[in-house]
Amino acid sequence: MTQTHESAAHDHLKFYQVGSFAIGNRLLPLEVRSVQADPERNNAITSGHRACQGCGEALGARYAVDAAFRAAQGKLVAVNATGCLEVFSTPYPETSWRIAWLHSLFGNAPAVASGVAAAYKAMGRDDIRVLGQGGDGGTVDIGFGALSGMFERNDDVLYVCYDNEGYMNTGVQRSGATPPAARTMTTQAVGEAPGNPFGMGKDVPRIAMAHEIPYVATATVADLHDLEAKVTRAMEFRGARYIHVLVPCPLGWGSSSHDTIKVARAATQSGLFPVFEAERGDVTAVSRIRKRVPVEDYLRLQKRFAHLFTPERDEEVLAKLQARADRNIARYGLLGPDGDIEEGIAARRDELEGEGAQ
Amino acid sequence: MRQQIEGSQAVAQAVAACRPQVICAYPISPQTHIVETLSRLTKAGEVPGCEFMNVESEFAAMSVAIGASAAGARAYTATASQGLLFMVEAVYNASGLGLPIVMTVANRAIGAPINIWNDHSDAMSQRDSGWLQLYAETNQEAADLHVIAYRLAEELSLPVMVCMDGFILTHAVEEVDVPERDQVDAWLPPYAPRQVLDPDDAASIGAMVGPEAFTEVRYLAHARQMQALELIPQVCDSFQQHFGREAGGLVRPYRIDEDGQRAETVVVALGSVLGTIKDVVDARREQGESIGVLGIQSFRPFPMEAVRSALDGVRRVIVVEKAFSVGIGGIVASNLRMALDHLDIELRTVVAGLGGRPITTRSLHALFDRRDSLEPLEFLDLDRELVDRELERHAAGGRTGGAAENLLKDLGSVRSTPH
Amino acid sequence: MREKPFAITLDVGSSLANHTGTWRTERPTYVHLMPPCNNACPAGENVQAWLYEAEEGNYEQAWRALTADNPFPAIMGRICYHPCQTACNRAELDEAVGINAVERFLGDEAIAQGWRFHQSETLSGKHVLVIGAGPSGLSAAYHLRRLGHEVTIRDLAPLAGGMMRFGIPSYRLPRGVLADEIRRIEDMGVTFELGQRVESLEEPLDAFDAVFLAVGAQLGKRAYVPAGEAAKIVDAVTMLHDMEGEEKPQLGRRVVVYGGGNTAIDAARTAKRLGAEEAIIVYRRTRDRMPAHDSEVREAEEEGILLKWLSTVQHADAGKLVIEKMELDESGFPQPTGETEELEADSLVLALGQETDLSLVEGLEGVEIEGGVVKVDERMMTGRAGLFAGGDMVPAERTVTVAVGHGKQAARCIDSWLRGEEFVHPERPALATYDRLTTWYYSDAPHKARPLIEPARRQGTFDEVVQGLDERSAMYEARRCMSCGNCFGCDNCFGVCPDNAVKKLGTGAYMYEFDYDFCKGCGLCVEECPSGSILMVPEEG
Repeated sequence: MTQTHESAAHDHLKFYQVGSFAIGNRLLPLEVRSVQADPERNNAITSGHRACQGCGEALGARYAVDAAFRAAQGKLVAVNATGCLEVFSTPYPETSWRIAWLHSLFGNAPAVASGVAAAYKAMGRDDIRVLGQGGDGGTVDIGFGALSGMFERNDDVLYVCYDNEGYMNTGVQRSGATPPAARTMTTQAVGEAPGNPFGMGKDVPRIAMAHEIPYVATATVADLHDLEAKVTRAMEFRGARYIHVLVPCPLGWGSSSHDTIKVARAATQSGLFPVFEAERGDVTAVSRIRKRVPVEDYLRLQKRFAHLFTPERDEEVLAKLQARADRNIARYGLLGPDGDIEEGIAARRDELEGEGAQ
Repeated sequence: MRQQIEGSQAVAQAVAACRPQVICAYPISPQTHIVETLSRLTKAGEVPGCEFMNVESEFAAMSVAIGASAAGARAYTATASQGLLFMVEAVYNASGLGLPIVMTVANRAIGAPINIWNDHSDAMSQRDSGWLQLYAETNQEAADLHVIAYRLAEELSLPVMVCMDGFILTHAVEEVDVPERDQVDAWLPPYAPRQVLDPDDAASIGAMVGPEAFTEVRYLAHARQMQALELIPQVCDSFQQHFGREAGGLVRPYRIDEDGQRAETVVVALGSVLGTIKDVVDARREQGESIGVLGIQSFRPFPMEAVRSALDGVRRVIVVEKAFSVGIGGIVASNLRMALDHLDIELRTVVAGLGGRPITTRSLHALFDRRDSLEPLEFLDLDRELVDRELERHAAGGRTGGAAENLLKDLGSVRSTPH
Repeated sequence: MREKPFAITLDVGSSLANHTGTWRTERPTYVHLMPPCNNACPAGENVQAWLYEAEEGNYEQAWRALTADNPFPAIMGRICYHPCQTACNRAELDEAVGINAVERFLGDEAIAQGWRFHQSETLSGKHVLVIGAGPSGLSAAYHLRRLGHEVTIRDLAPLAGGMMRFGIPSYRLPRGVLADEIRRIEDMGVTFELGQRVESLEEPLDAFDAVFLAVGAQLGKRAYVPAGEAAKIVDAVTMLHDMEGEEKPQLGRRVVVYGGGNTAIDAARTAKRLGAEEAIIVYRRTRDRMPAHDSEVREAEEEGILLKWLSTVQHADAGKLVIEKMELDESGFPQPTGETEELEADSLVLALGQETDLSLVEGLEGVEIEGGVVKVDERMMTGRAGLFAGGDMVPAERTVTVAVGHGKQAARCIDSWLRGEEFVHPERPALATYDRLTTWYYSDAPHKARPLIEPARRQGTFDEVVQGLDERSAMYEARRCMSCGNCFGCDNCFGVCPDNAVKKLGTGAYMYEFDYDFCKGCGLCVEECPSGSILMVPEEG
């Protein structure tokens, strides 16, 4: 990893009461407002879809696709892996998509997207941009070979993985992205070591970076501006790009439907889900933790981790999960250049005072 | 242009003449020479406007073809055997989405045991995939069928599999009049997709369909393929007029009707073995035997009517086929049986040429000599003694190791290593 | 596309036919909750609403929203003890919003720009007499005038302002500011009859349709302090009052002020400005129990005022005082210790509280007096029909802001009474407590404090100590408002709905509409609303 700097996603926003963090800002000039604040936004996935209440994936996909749509000036086609996103959006006779969209199979979305990109290249249509998308099952597991192939060839595709950490469409089974200790229907909270075993993990954003593709980023539904900025940035590149978006699943995670964003926020603020971007294999920016919370604050919001707290606290597993977060914090410098969060706040304060008042 | 050329090269050049826009390739014998040649041609700039992609698996190859075709590009890939099986999910998907992809299958056996040689097990496993399956008898036909395949695929909006026997055709060098680009341009219209991913005319392609409409969707797929039964003869006639030679079609009768008499025995087969069979039939006709041949060019859709009218009135049909359905027997024969419903015809199935075993004229003569006493299902040149011994061993009980290994031990071609 | 294959390929956006709203058991609704600042404001200002305008730079709209409740932003912005800021939710996040500073900015801006109050379009034909031109009386006059009544205001003093003029030193409230904001009320057509003593209420109660009595509490409480004949003892109210006259009080070089309230601080700081070398505040208890506002105590200390805790004045003589040390008992009351000391003092200023002059109402039929103040009902009416009372002379906390609030409340009740109606308080919405907010969305933004002039520069002058914010800082401070319980147009609900079931109608607060055809009732908009302005309510049926 080379040197990092503060994420550039918010730099253009002038301070105002919630300026940098809420979706909109009535005080901002129109041209710098978020896509999602625009009453005329595309709504790539429109109403009437059958996603569960509070679905993080439906939200994340609209955020990402609308931003890509804007960046592509409307010339966008999407290829979708099988999974929740596909099933809830396109049950005959209705589709929620308002863009050109293709679904083929569970494990081949990156390859289909490569084929679409190759077709446009062959036909000289470099104005049309290709977006591949799928859940974590379709991306990090069954579609992983195709994803790696797409990366390795540097096909001109932006692939977005909406990671809800399990096979939710089939009824919540474990995937390669399911975190350790999480309860799923194939890693039940029973026996000596309840929940998903502590494996070695499968950090696909880092694997993507190992391909040295032009752009890799992580994001969550908790920070719209960051997500939009990353999609927009990704669209500035040609070649293979990858964005890994954490999208909480109320059904699979056992969280309240109204807590979807809160859970995602806790994932980032605990350090369990590091938010960063990388170009050609090197991390170029990280989103610093703004209000650090212990992993417990994240875990407690989800029934899939309930066995860590009842009937009694599993201190050993909690410590191991905290260690994972700490590892991320150290690895990505999530607390600031010297691991000093105070310094980060001081820097932000200076910046604000510069903007706010002399 | 007529030239002495390897079958794979001829096919590659014919494909290149069709102006494919996306070719995806993954190596597997005996198909490799085709994509190697296409790679060279594309890289050398001889296939204008074409993207050649080396992908990471056959599954990806078919997936890339799906994406390319959906985006409105003419797509091509080639595979064989295990490769075809590895891409099966996508094979079905391509036809389900109605994408006019053309794929060469260089027919090869399926393992285990692994075997790289020719038979029809691979293509036959995909007979229900919704693809059209055209079988080439010669390299000339193999080359021509690809041109025909694009015409059919794009008119029907269905994918087409051109099946040619691995090694026997792919690696054989013979004289072929390879279709030229100018000729093809004049006969094959540019690809006008029935549905296309288009940001300016957006649609959702590949919806989920439930019980309320799934039967209708499948029925329509069937109906569309049945339309090919009418279209194939028209397209092949048109091809013949334009290129001056016969290729493809539904079925091709040979010496069934002679001197106003319908043959007593007709041998039915697919692919290159038809050449050998025709030689044997010629020899037996010389001896005065009433025998003919029916080649099936289009196995999917299955030309029920054409087969029935070609065979109505014969006494006996012997199907020589290079694959079989374990647990029942002949695949082609089963299909024939449906076509010959209520006709008083004795049908015999002979499974031959599995895993590349040569089908010799001598064996065929011996087979036809026994035409009155054939079992319903026979295996040509089967080492009866060997399999009986193995079956006895099984019957005796106990663990005897892999049957294939034991057979080979009996044949003395491998030595068992002590465990 | 030539033809779409049946079922496999679908027309875009067709899911709009699927009304997922039927899934819902609860529905989100936009609400207006009571922001703690508004809730705490004795004058009933809609603080959140005027900050909303101010943060956009719409200062005149902000000022108009503010003065709908309180006609004195420039005064309030200087002397209000801003309970709004004490209540401000932002204090839990970082520091309270500097509401008072923004209020002063708006008040000063109004003076600089010459903004005027709008007149009522229709006149009622009713005439109300207001007795007392202090904050309560002026406020009542202002609101009554806005309601279309003719108003006459009478005061014994030659100038209007009451305690704002005769109690609060000018270094806290420059008299020009006071005059400007009073003149604006005069400009509305309120008749001022100053320098006139009201001898009796009988005649006005006949002559006017209603009377509002707001004479304040201007008598300094006299505690008994044994004193020698030569001892110089004055009360703080008189001393501060005399500051407005030609003859400034003569207090000597060493001044001791006895008391712990804001008046004690004012007296000590004034003494210092009058030239006292030493001004000492003697108080019975400890600093944390002092009723005086903390910022005043701090400023006094900066100016060199000495504070002597746990002390009472036992005896006063010429040039000296005997002080007895106190100690707090278990219940926190000061108890004498018997230990004494002497303190040099040229004069002793008593700041031990104020009392109301009740001579006007004593013996008036129907009027009840209890604990030295006049009893009023919830309409602020005394037992005598048509006689209302407010400000320091009724039971309440005695601050200018409370008095202004009384004036407003009395005006509304008088208005209702004149129309033969009962004034009904609008129902108070639920309080927008901190736990209803999602504070993540508010940027870290430390409070911008108002600058103070250097203590050295305060010596011997009555220049205003606390300076105002410049526009940029005022806007910044306004933008720190979290708009508790009230939409401010952040688009979060519009953005976070996974079902696009929020329509955005325009830019600004409450410019959204739920599309209940599609809202599944997940509640994300409620949870992620920064200001807590959306609530889930059960579906009916």
